[in-house]
Amino acid sequence: MKQVHPNWWLAAALLVLYPFPANDFFTVQIGAYSLILGTIALSLMILAGYGGMVSLSQLTAAGLAAYMVPILGTNTQGVLGFGWSYWFTLPVAVLTAALFSALVGLIAVRNSGIYMIMITLAVAVSVFFFTRQNYEIFNGFTGYSGIEAPKPFGLDLRAPIPFYYLCLIVAVTFVLTTLYTARTPFGLSLQAVRDNPRRASALGYSVPAVRISAFFLAGIIAGVGGIMLVFLNGRISPGTIGVDVVIDILVIAVVGGLRHPIGPFLGALAFVLLENFAIDLIDRERFNTVIGGAFLLIVLFSPDGLLGLWGRLKPQIGLASMTTKRGSQSSGLDIEPNSLKGRLSNENV
Amino acid sequence: MKTCRLLLGVALATNISLTAAWAEDLKIGAVAVLEGAFAVLGEDGMRGVTLALQEFDYTAGGRNITLITGSSDASPDSAVRATRKLVEQDGAPIVIGPLSGSEGLAIRDYAKTQPNATFINGVSAAQDTTLRESAENFFRFSTEGAQWMAGLGEYVYSEKGYRTVAVLAEDYSFPYTQVFGFLEPFCRMGGKAPQDARFYVPIGNKDYSSVIAALPDDVDAIYVALGGADAVNFLTQYEQAGGDLPLIGGSITVDQTVLGSEGRARDFVIGTPSAGPISDTWDDPRWAEFVAAYQAAFPDGFPSPSLFAHGYYVNTKAALLALDKVDGNLSDGGNAYRDALASLSFETPTGMVALDERRNAIADIFLTEVIEGPDGNLLNSTIKITPSVSQTFGLPYEEFLKYGPVSRENPACE
Repeated sequence: MKQVHPNWWLAAALLVLYPFPANDFFTVQIGAYSLILGTIALSLMILAGYGGMVSLSQLTAAGLAAYMVPILGTNTQGVLGFGWSYWFTLPVAVLTAALFSALVGLIAVRNSGIYMIMITLAVAVSVFFFTRQNYEIFNGFTGYSGIEAPKPFGLDLRAPIPFYYLCLIVAVTFVLTTLYTARTPFGLSLQAVRDNPRRASALGYSVPAVRISAFFLAGIIAGVGGIMLVFLNGRISPGTIGVDVVIDILVIAVVGGLRHPIGPFLGALAFVLLENFAIDLIDRERFNTVIGGAFLLIVLFSPDGLLGLWGRLKPQIGLASMTTKRGSQSSGLDIEPNSLKGRLSNENV
Repeated sequence: MKTCRLLLGVALATNISLTAAWAEDLKIGAVAVLEGAFAVLGEDGMRGVTLALQEFDYTAGGRNITLITGSSDASPDSAVRATRKLVEQDGAPIVIGPLSGSEGLAIRDYAKTQPNATFINGVSAAQDTTLRESAENFFRFSTEGAQWMAGLGEYVYSEKGYRTVAVLAEDYSFPYTQVFGFLEPFCRMGGKAPQDARFYVPIGNKDYSSVIAALPDDVDAIYVALGGADAVNFLTQYEQAGGDLPLIGGSITVDQTVLGSEGRARDFVIGTPSAGPISDTWDDPRWAEFVAAYQAAFPDGFPSPSLFAHGYYVNTKAALLALDKVDGNLSDGGNAYRDALASLSFETPTGMVALDERRNAIADIFLTEVIEGPDGNLLNSTIKITPSVSQTFGLPYEEFLKYGPVSRENPACE
């Protein structure tokens, strides 16, 4: 194994020790919530960063997994609720998200760029309206509430500190898995397909198959993120997967940076902090302008997000590289002018 | 390792300074919808909070009050997020809000997890927030949607002579509550509201053409329970489509938040009967004083305070009066404070209000009709006052539960 840079150890120590100085609000509503949003945005980042495919339906996949928890498990709404044990509910929920994501992939992978964004957005909007108007399965506008996290061996996973660590373990596992997968033959073929689908195809790769598999894997990550989200809120309703939230996830991924799996988590942290505290900075009628303005500035001064900002600042403050080993790289060859790749991966800076 | 310790220290220091600041003042949180389709309503709600605080000069029970605001977008998730920040981060022991029906249900559930905090409703008016599975620390001094309809069903049946109505409402808990409150007496007297003439649209719906096209011709009137931008959109489009059926308004369909808007729908709604917790033209010194204070404090507000300003005002005032009773002492986790709230009864701009055993208000309800005021503003004028309307319409609790939870189909009314 290669030498791990001390900065990573520092980051790890901070993340592990974080709940002890923090109060419950900072542990859960800032810490755990950032990790959850980051996990869902990671699912988008994998598709966009490694696959050059911007999918806006990843939050929808997460939402479907979240809905499966009260539908298959228990809820206080009196609608469905089969009372399955968590050992069955959670895997089925994750599988639902993964299959949904793969299905979206199946529909969308033959397009790219703006067309894929439109198709996946259309799917997200349709599912949103479907959940809002369907009463038999999704219980309409009210959705489900009274959802409890499991309590294995008497440990309440929803208590602030256990829940934070649960989210941290989930997030770290997925970041490491992503970094690892990016170097496996599958990960490399995904990047090859992103950089030059025609050449990858000529080499014998099935471009749609590689892309759909990526959607399936991203769906797993989104699904687990969705389950964490439903445990956090104890409820799920169509508002959770509304169009504005879909855009939030895109903003988180883009603001964080799409070059490294850590990007979405930085973006999520910035987003959650602004969402919670912007209203304290300025009068209550204008705080959304502050949120929008902050993100605009980030993207304006650093097209590759907070990660890029860090990359540019670090030579000046004399810190060694934290993001040199980035997994998603572009060949610099761009024969597909319509693809978003040129903007998403910034190899040539 | 040095950097590590330094960063940890910074994290610690930031946190401590964030929680320790303002330890002297008492913080009161207020949550309202300040984003999305209901933002206009939320702003007026916040005016009500400010008005009550100004009346008390920002002190109650000998303590200075600091107001902290939270914003939601009418979705239950966002309301819980905003409230959680006020309680868990800002340390507000008292939170006023939320605004919208399904938000109220979510806050009630959240309240159960925070037994030491006290939650006082804004204007959320879903029935089940207090009727079923009520929380010990959630209080509602504003009445709810079914109470608000008191007298309307009887009025349109016997005075207007309507026998069959179509229903158009938003698709969530508050309009269900209003539809129930309107239809229950209407149908009991013999009126009809066929299931296929009931239309439920999502909040924030912009295009009503399909609903307007599907409205049946053989009804006497349309009962419309839409709020904010939704009501304005429907009224404008129905007028443009040449609709000529008389309207019956839900409590927030023809109130100041809608009547105050510009557009051709204005003339169209004159004469619409409605009912609610306030009446713009009520001829009473208490109400006149409230309107004058509102107009003086908010020259850019509505011509007359909406029921949102009124509801938030009443609830905030209750919070402050109870604080006075316990001398600002919340050191026992707020138990004495909540006892004081539960037994509180006081004069509001619309008469006396008291709570029932599930901490829901019993108050007077106004039957109104839209008229054009002397200066051209549209106003709701008082037709009749139904005194002391309770949540169970005067029935015993157990018996009232037999009506079943409010929903799209309740009451059946075929």
